[in-house]
Amino acid sequence: MSTRHSPTRQFDARALRQDFPILQRLVRGGKPLVYLDSAATSQKPAVVIEALVDFYRSTNANIHRGVYELSEAATLAYDQARAKVARLINAPNPRECIFVRNTTEAINLVAQSWGRANLAPGDIVVLSLLEHHSNIVPWQLVTRERGAELRYIDIDEDGRLRLEQLDDYLATGRVKLVSVTHVSNALGTINPVAEIVERAHAAGAVVLVDGAQSVPHLPVDVQALGVDFYAFSGHKMLGPMGIGVLYGRRELLEAMPPFLGGGDMIRTVTLEGSTWADLPAKFEAGTPSVADAVALGVAVDYLQSLGMPAIRHHEQELLRYALARLDEIPGITLYGPVGEDRSGVVSFTLGDVHPHDIAGILDSEGIAIRAGHHCAQPLMRRLGVVATARASVYLYNTEEDIDRLVDGLLIVRQVFNVGD
Amino acid sequence: MSDLYREHILDHYRNPRNYGTLEPHDRSFEDSNPLCGDRIRIDLRLKDGTIEDIAFTGRGCAISQASASILTEMVKGQSLDFVKELTAEDLLDELGIPISPARRKCALLSLKVLKAAAYGLSEWPE
Repeated sequence: MSTRHSPTRQFDARALRQDFPILQRLVRGGKPLVYLDSAATSQKPAVVIEALVDFYRSTNANIHRGVYELSEAATLAYDQARAKVARLINAPNPRECIFVRNTTEAINLVAQSWGRANLAPGDIVVLSLLEHHSNIVPWQLVTRERGAELRYIDIDEDGRLRLEQLDDYLATGRVKLVSVTHVSNALGTINPVAEIVERAHAAGAVVLVDGAQSVPHLPVDVQALGVDFYAFSGHKMLGPMGIGVLYGRRELLEAMPPFLGGGDMIRTVTLEGSTWADLPAKFEAGTPSVADAVALGVAVDYLQSLGMPAIRHHEQELLRYALARLDEIPGITLYGPVGEDRSGVVSFTLGDVHPHDIAGILDSEGIAIRAGHHCAQPLMRRLGVVATARASVYLYNTEEDIDRLVDGLLIVRQVFNVGD
Repeated sequence: MSDLYREHILDHYRNPRNYGTLEPHDRSFEDSNPLCGDRIRIDLRLKDGTIEDIAFTGRGCAISQASASILTEMVKGQSLDFVKELTAEDLLDELGIPISPARRKCALLSLKVLKAAAYGLSEWPE
């Protein structure tokens, strides 16, 4: 897959930390920051931050139509960023990569454009219990409007999808769309996307994959996976907030009506009506976040210089270390599958301590983790918990970060008298 | 250690005061923070506009539960007017810990529930 790009840098997480200015700062009265919340948003290397500033300093102009030098340069930079993103996920054509604000907007785009045009009463949309609210709510909105129905693929005890349920749903012959996450943000489960696509396509269903937690961490090849739509966010993959990508197969995107109307997405406008621009402009109404797109392109360069397989390998080693160390803590409960199909996300609870209290005490030690329902309330209910604490790693985390987390959790145990 | 989890907060969390329900009661209200699942119910028994007895039950983080325990001690034997005038700052002062914006909802859930009970609400108005 990503052998298309040979890495130019040796992978050394400790050295990489020097590239991230925020990791040098102190928090909570002088404690070094241990950042273990990259599943929520990643930190940014200096080259990405500088790319943003540099765009506004030296290239800023509105794109397209401008016939002067700056506008040409801005347009070129925007198009190059699109090409970089397309190469990262091996999209056949950069025109199939639509810039949006984030994964949520990408999924809403498909729900509102493809969904409203293609869903009819009695049709079924299949989701899973591992979905983030962003891959549930848009489908609740459109299925209610169209009189279509929702089904959810359940999980087994380890947090893996029960694919036989997908088969049952597909056997009804009424499934129009399967929309599932590639990697669970709450449990780290890596779903067998290629297999899901094969089964769905055999039943004539279209497949959307939420790639928010996969593109930053794994080699992703949308052609090898065979997906119809693939959505992801720039800010979780070293890029800025406010820029994301929807990949869609050309035939599907071309047949879809626009999502937002306005400037840039039209070919002609008369008082009576309009005709639409070609891809990708048809889905990019209004002035886009050009600087953010350009900086995302720089983030992609950074990832490619290391190689996605090397990043994945580092995170797997770190996950193995984290699971072994956390398992030593009396009273801890770890959630999610153990095996190759697991990303660097660790959800846990500790005795009966509320996850907010776990996170509160860790915060006073300078350790940033997330606590709550992780925008996955149906999954929390399925697991029988109100909330979990979640630590998630990225390329800049080290075993020392995990050691500090374990030390912090031992303090939590002590403060709350957690039994064995 | 942590400024947030001072000993008196942990003591109220582990050994909550006025914990339980009152049967019969004159007022009762229950609410939760949907984001974190914290839940508090407060029952009041009144006599001549004064809180003769108060009890709470709930589950959630230490801050929300300790805050409820401390609040019941603050208002027991006080008038309903006292409760109606009580401010968020009064309760936060009494907690005596630095509450970040993210934890404010945890700390103030009990006050929200108590106010609703004091005003005799059975549910939030639409």
